Amino acid sequence: MPLIFEKSVPGRRGLKNPASDADAAASIPQKYRRAKACPLPEVTELDIVRHFTALSQKNFSVDTNFYPLGSCTMKYNPKFTEEAARMPGFSGLHPLLPQLRQGEKLTQGALEVLYEMEKFLCEITGMDAFTMQPLAGAHGELTGVMMMAAYHKARGNKKKYVIVPDSAHGTNPATVAIAGYEMVAVASDERGVMDIGELSRKINAETAGLMLTCPDTHGIFNSDVDKIAGMIHAVDGIMYCDGANLNAVLGRFRPGDAGFDVMHVNLHKTFATPHGGGGPGAGPVGVKEKLVPYLPISRVIKRSDGTLALNYDYPESIGYIASFYGNFAIILRAYAYILLLGKEGLREAANQAVLNANYLKERLKERFDLAYDRPCMHEVVFSASRQAKRGVHALDIAKFLIDKGIHPPTIYFPLTVKEAMMIEPTETESKETLDLFVHVLFEADDLSQRNPAYFKDLPQSTPITRPDEAKAARDINTNYFKA
Amino acid sequence: MEVVDYYLYTKEHEWVSIENNVATVGVTDYAQEALGDITFVELPAVDAEVEQFEEFATLESVKAASDIFSPISGKVIEVNTLLESEPGILNKSPYERGWIAKIEISDSDEASNLMTAEEYRKFLESAG
Amino acid sequence: MIPYIANTPEDIKEMLRVIGVGRIDDLFRDIQPAYAPKAFNLPPGRSELEVTAWIHRLASKNASHLIPFIGGGYYDHYVPAAVTALVSRGEFYTAYTPYQPECSQGTLQALYEFQSAICALTGMEAANASLYDGGTALYEAAMMAIRITGRRKIIMDGGVSPIYRKIVKTYTSNLHFEFAETPVVHGQSNRQEIYKILDKDTAAVILQNPNFFGAIDDHADIIAKAHQTGALAVESVYPISLGLLKTPGEMGADIVTGEGQSLGLPLNFGGPYLGFMAARREFIRKMPGRIVGETVDQKGRRAFVNTLQAREQHIRREKAASNICTNVSLCALQAVIYMCLLGKEGFKELAQLNLDKAEFARRQIEQIEGVEVKRSSPTFNEFTVYLPQDASEVVEKMIAKGFAAGFPLGRYYKGMERYMIVAVTEKRTRQEILDYARCLREVLCR
Repeated sequence: MPLIFEKSVPGRRGLKNPASDADAAASIPQKYRRAKACPLPEVTELDIVRHFTALSQKNFSVDTNFYPLGSCTMKYNPKFTEEAARMPGFSGLHPLLPQLRQGEKLTQGALEVLYEMEKFLCEITGMDAFTMQPLAGAHGELTGVMMMAAYHKARGNKKKYVIVPDSAHGTNPATVAIAGYEMVAVASDERGVMDIGELSRKINAETAGLMLTCPDTHGIFNSDVDKIAGMIHAVDGIMYCDGANLNAVLGRFRPGDAGFDVMHVNLHKTFATPHGGGGPGAGPVGVKEKLVPYLPISRVIKRSDGTLALNYDYPESIGYIASFYGNFAIILRAYAYILLLGKEGLREAANQAVLNANYLKERLKERFDLAYDRPCMHEVVFSASRQAKRGVHALDIAKFLIDKGIHPPTIYFPLTVKEAMMIEPTETESKETLDLFVHVLFEADDLSQRNPAYFKDLPQSTPITRPDEAKAARDINTNYFKA
Repeated sequence: MEVVDYYLYTKEHEWVSIENNVATVGVTDYAQEALGDITFVELPAVDAEVEQFEEFATLESVKAASDIFSPISGKVIEVNTLLESEPGILNKSPYERGWIAKIEISDSDEASNLMTAEEYRKFLESAG
Repeated sequence: MIPYIANTPEDIKEMLRVIGVGRIDDLFRDIQPAYAPKAFNLPPGRSELEVTAWIHRLASKNASHLIPFIGGGYYDHYVPAAVTALVSRGEFYTAYTPYQPECSQGTLQALYEFQSAICALTGMEAANASLYDGGTALYEAAMMAIRITGRRKIIMDGGVSPIYRKIVKTYTSNLHFEFAETPVVHGQSNRQEIYKILDKDTAAVILQNPNFFGAIDDHADIIAKAHQTGALAVESVYPISLGLLKTPGEMGADIVTGEGQSLGLPLNFGGPYLGFMAARREFIRKMPGRIVGETVDQKGRRAFVNTLQAREQHIRREKAASNICTNVSLCALQAVIYMCLLGKEGFKELAQLNLDKAEFARRQIEQIEGVEVKRSSPTFNEFTVYLPQDASEVVEKMIAKGFAAGFPLGRYYKGMERYMIVAVTEKRTRQEILDYARCLREVLCR
């Protein structure tokens, strides 16, 4: 399909600007002006609407397809939260208003959302306080590890290493490095959880902390978390919980009760805010008492008269990590979602998410190799190694699924499992959808025995098939104007 | 998998060919195969001092990035700039046109830390 | 009953039978009783109607009636209806990161178009597919300059948004970098000071245009000096101003970042916003964040993919250029639709409209006794006003008259308690501007 730039015809316009009602046209001296007008496309509004509508139709999405992308929690995004986020009382609110004198009075409704959400998240996770500011999960990780560093600095601890299991998301090791620590990896044992023996050998006085995804990326709940926390705390280390998989344990387990000192929550996963084709998300960070002084500024406080205010007076704070108070419109959606589900609804969401994953695990395990044959949480990791021996790899199965209108699972992650297929159905999918998914995967398995060559030219139903990624990386073309 | 008889090898799948105290260094056929289509080569700087088994170059493929370790200590005297424009050569000709750098050897005894072709073949077999 | 869960009691019974357990609780047996939550005191669930009504009530507690003359990097621009309509398509907003290019060509092509539009806007050669916001984008640019040059000193011009400067400082506090801030002189970049500290250890000089005080500058001279010492130049920009102003590319900048909120995104009380980054082509492999590239498929058809992924955390892990995983795709989509709607002529016209209205407002304000508009160079749609009284107090009094009159600089600059910055966008009408000036006069005369 042509680019919007290629549809440009000089003289066409897509929007009518108001006429100037100023007295005269102003001008800026030539030396400050750009030489040529910005070469944006000249198209009508209809051109634009057709173009982007057509583009949208080339996407798979939760609204149109089953999307069991492991570790991403692609649950249904309720429509009413979109409407809530677009209410002019919120969408038109300038973020600098509460920083004016008495300005907090102008934004009490927005501050209430932040304040209440902090309370909810504390209750859900067992943490003592939250910052709503981190703009994504990885941003939350960085905020958390920076607080870890501030804690050690304040106590005069000489720390150098952060321990990360080999099954972790790539963001964990990257975060450790950019926060100024060195990463120490620990392998998983045969049960699929962190090897405690290896861990104990790798902990030492210079261990700053440990980052653990809980439940972990193998879809397993590690029953030893309290023991691990004990080992880390023995060297005054900090226990970081990557809350990417919180959806599995709502109302069943709170990281704050089990020895974790700091964690992030992905609102776009657990609390149903849309993934936006790759953001914006939100990654609030919760801490136990001992890390509260280091939380980023500002923080929302309640004054004795019941009004809410922003407070910047925290001398030990790590400082500013975002421009304002977080991805507010995302936080607002998550807040509305929590209000609708309530206590029982959240527990039920976790129940059904785990039920759906275990159902798929049981149904699929006769044809596909389970990475770890034990009860799973909200997601299950299979290996396509049996099919790979026939020449049909996880990637080929993914492309087969696309032809059947199903978004593929996460493939080749976690790195600890060969030919990994990480499946997370979420609670919002019905048994019929899961059964259809099983049927399609069995069909793929049948075909892998009968006609493995069939897979090589898949998918067939999509606008493109198997783009040349090596060419994209060698003959770099990322800009129409420099192609 | 091709292994050239008279070269020396590392466990990280680099090869080295030594002639008149100059080591020509590259990655093995096994390494290029494992990485897949190589899309970018980050070459060391000419005149850089490198240590044996320390990182000195990086290869990128579509889905992986791999550090290359120098098989020997010394000073980089030449790099294969052809790889900057045509990284795919490393896939096509890992032992010849795809060489990465030439190093003036500072300690020739270090060669004893490397595997012979025979030993490397066995190493590949045992690694499965 | 939850309207987002499909399993009926019969379904659940059948599924438990297949799994071979009696109750859902059995699936959680790895979570031993010792881990039972100490509390889980949340309110009971409510209906959609009730929650919507509640959110409505909260929304009404916010002062959305104020006529905004407040900017500071975040502006009240008009968002055309087509922008909202198109980004409200579920196929866009309920998709995720385009891991499988065959079923995400829509998002991928839109991001390629976004990157191209950002390059056109900034005069640069390569852009990424977005970053969180303007502040964090500037931090990423500083880190990128440090990676490229292998140097550890950053010179930060005092005209860069104080919010951005605080963010960059927070992130680099554990990383042993040297930071030098050069205060502005007459509201402009202090060249003498910058040159004094510019040296062989300098990784980058970070500049902003127009700067936080609203001043327009041509930084070509500073950039050339930076290049002489092997340092890079990073420029933070306000996209709407680039409808008229000299681009960072024309000035010779190496890395450009900015806040894209003004490109069709609502103010949203601080987010989500849109960070963007563009650079010279030779630096593309050192750029953080996702990048979309054009290629061909098996059959030679044009295709778009996430490219240069070997820089990213999911491959390079602790050696990655950044820990960023997602970007803000939907906001980038919003921005590219907005830019296309404005188009080549419309975008320039919009910038001119902002300039004209701001100049009109400036002249009205200047006529008020004791008030001075401080500027030693031209301004775009925001300017610094000196008041004969404390600016915070004046702004507070103006709220009572229905205006968000500006942003008092004392909040971030000691000694500037009598100054405020005033922003005027295309949305402000002549009448609003006249009323504003009249009310400001009243407040000051009292």
